[in-house]
Amino acid sequence: MSMRTLPLVFINLGGEMLYILDQRLQALNTSEDNSEKGVWSEKDRKRVMNDIVGAMFSKDFMDELLKPQQLYSHRTLKTVLTRIAHASIMRLNPASMDRLYELMVMAFKYQIFLCPRPKDLLLITYNHIDTIRELVKDTPVVVNQVDETHRKIVEVYSSLPEGEFQLLRQTLLIFFQDMHIRVSLFLKIQVQNPNGRFALSTSGPVPHGIDVPGLIRTFDGKGREVRRSEFPSGGSYSSSVREGCFELHGDRVIRLGMDMYTVNHPEETHTSKDTFVKTDNTPNLLAKEELNLLARLMGSMKAEKEPKAETGFWINLFTTDQGEEEEAGASGIAEEPLFEVINIQAMQDEQVTTELARIAGQFAEEEPPGNLSSSKGDDLLAMMDDL
Amino acid sequence: MYHKEKSIQIKNSASALYNNLGVLRIAPRSLTYFTVVHANVVNMVSASWDGLNYSHRQLQSKEPNVATSTSLIMQAAFCALPSRDLLVVTSQKGIQMYESDGSTMVYWHALDTPDTPTDQAVFARGISAVGKSDSSGSILVFDVPSKGSNITLSDVLKGHKKSITDIASECSGSQDCIADLISADDGGNLCVWKSGEEFQRFNNIPGFDISCTSVKLWKGTAVAGYGTGQIRLYEAVTGILHAEVNAHARWIYSLDIAPFSGLLLSAAEDSLVRVWHLSIKPESLSVEVAHLHNECVTDTQICGAKFCDGDGYAFAVTGYDLSEIIRYSQS
Repeated sequence: MSMRTLPLVFINLGGEMLYILDQRLQALNTSEDNSEKGVWSEKDRKRVMNDIVGAMFSKDFMDELLKPQQLYSHRTLKTVLTRIAHASIMRLNPASMDRLYELMVMAFKYQIFLCPRPKDLLLITYNHIDTIRELVKDTPVVVNQVDETHRKIVEVYSSLPEGEFQLLRQTLLIFFQDMHIRVSLFLKIQVQNPNGRFALSTSGPVPHGIDVPGLIRTFDGKGREVRRSEFPSGGSYSSSVREGCFELHGDRVIRLGMDMYTVNHPEETHTSKDTFVKTDNTPNLLAKEELNLLARLMGSMKAEKEPKAETGFWINLFTTDQGEEEEAGASGIAEEPLFEVINIQAMQDEQVTTELARIAGQFAEEEPPGNLSSSKGDDLLAMMDDL
Repeated sequence: MYHKEKSIQIKNSASALYNNLGVLRIAPRSLTYFTVVHANVVNMVSASWDGLNYSHRQLQSKEPNVATSTSLIMQAAFCALPSRDLLVVTSQKGIQMYESDGSTMVYWHALDTPDTPTDQAVFARGISAVGKSDSSGSILVFDVPSKGSNITLSDVLKGHKKSITDIASECSGSQDCIADLISADDGGNLCVWKSGEEFQRFNNIPGFDISCTSVKLWKGTAVAGYGTGQIRLYEAVTGILHAEVNAHARWIYSLDIAPFSGLLLSAAEDSLVRVWHLSIKPESLSVEVAHLHNECVTDTQICGAKFCDGDGYAFAVTGYDLSEIIRYSQS
């Protein structure tokens, strides 16, 4: 449907990813320097943030995203986001990435669902950009990249009519359809119900530009109002608040897209056991255009950081991959637990380091220009099979 | 006034698309067909009136490519023509027409898609008994014979600069209604067309840059729902505004009229469905709107709402991410 979804998808999902990683790394911070193995210092955290933001907001990558194109599959999105995350010295195992992706997606779905007007999708995006800018504020080079991207987004999207935004929003809603993963943070603050659906209120201020429901006006043949009557709206709406700012800097007014995790650290984010069941295409049927997009996006990113030069830091955000069976046994309760406890650990052991080398090798190295042969495509296909 | 009946479960959830519910009443067989769009699939349910039998069918969009996202369906609707009923499905790739039970595809019209992607989305959306429309703002008019698949494209009407969102029609023949077809677009503009040898544009009712997402024609009155949550009633041939209702707190996604009783149904992203009554005052030739009833579908952004019969005795509702068709009937 809409050909303009990708930039907003990456900025918003990427933003959520950064919020989660930032919160996790802060929670692990118990010392100021690198002296303890497996511990993330403030310096490490900032470095990870800078590297990831730098990769995401790189000019080449953003230019690729800004080209009009379809939104493809979750698989492609996850692959590219993993690559972005691995632009830093941090490594996430596939199970962690899966869970991280679920969290990111549910947060973004919540924001799109509750977006007051379709155009406010931009304000949500700008909230993400504003917070990202704060995260990297000590590194002017990266701040510049963020500003440049922000300018391009303003340029491309500011003039789109509301109907286009609604189409964009509908495209995203279809993409995130049937995902009802319960997130403990969302349940706690009651934006999500126990059945996984988001709460939609029939009270509060109406979106900007909309009138409070309840009025019927009748006109005569000459356009003069001849009667007014009221009807019960079934809700308790109030008039709208002021409109948010669509410029580079300003008060966005709406709070969707701001960091939901800061208030609740060191909250562990539980997600429900029912993982996202969406029938996705098997690797063999991956559309040619989708593969081309993936190749272009991966190619436009900087070369991955070589972890061999320094100690590779692993993050095992979620223990589900190794400890799942043990956990289920250890919990000792009769019925199946509704939530798995997801603990954050930074692990660094031998098994993990070899794992690291294997995964690092999976991502295609930057090839010299003019060498776009089928081998790159093969690497990508192999990578897809491994996911 | 209305109470909730047993819901019909469907195979997939409904997608967030305007007017995402099709209803066809087959009185001779005591059946009602429902259609709900989910991404690239149309879910069809045939429900018997005694509530005992439900049969399901799924129609896929016609698509050489396998990626779901490039073969999305925009709308599925029944067209009740004088001699037959058809099920029309519009998508990013083109327009498919089926026999009303979904058993056979009788026609396929491919949209021109550019070789290199442009920033304009290409799709077909907007179906009524006379024509279907597309994102370039053109209305495609098809001639449908009373039997068989010899359907031909007979006309392309250009009158909109923005993507068309919905079309509605009303058969002319009585003295009261001359207008035959009305089309609405993303800019809120309404075009009124008269059928004949060729279709002619009769009137243009300008919008205010707010999408009109759903439009209906009843006794010469155009009833339009907008992204501002408002409903406006215009006299189609003159463009005179009869009434304006601040009906909903979010975008209206669906309007429907029960032609015999003048009941109007409106549904929006605000989770509310409202029932209104339209009455034409012969002495002043004005149309009045009265509010009758509200239903709230908790935590659901409604995307389709239709009366199940011409009197408005019952209506059905679909919502984004809901895998059921919710039904209500008069108490």
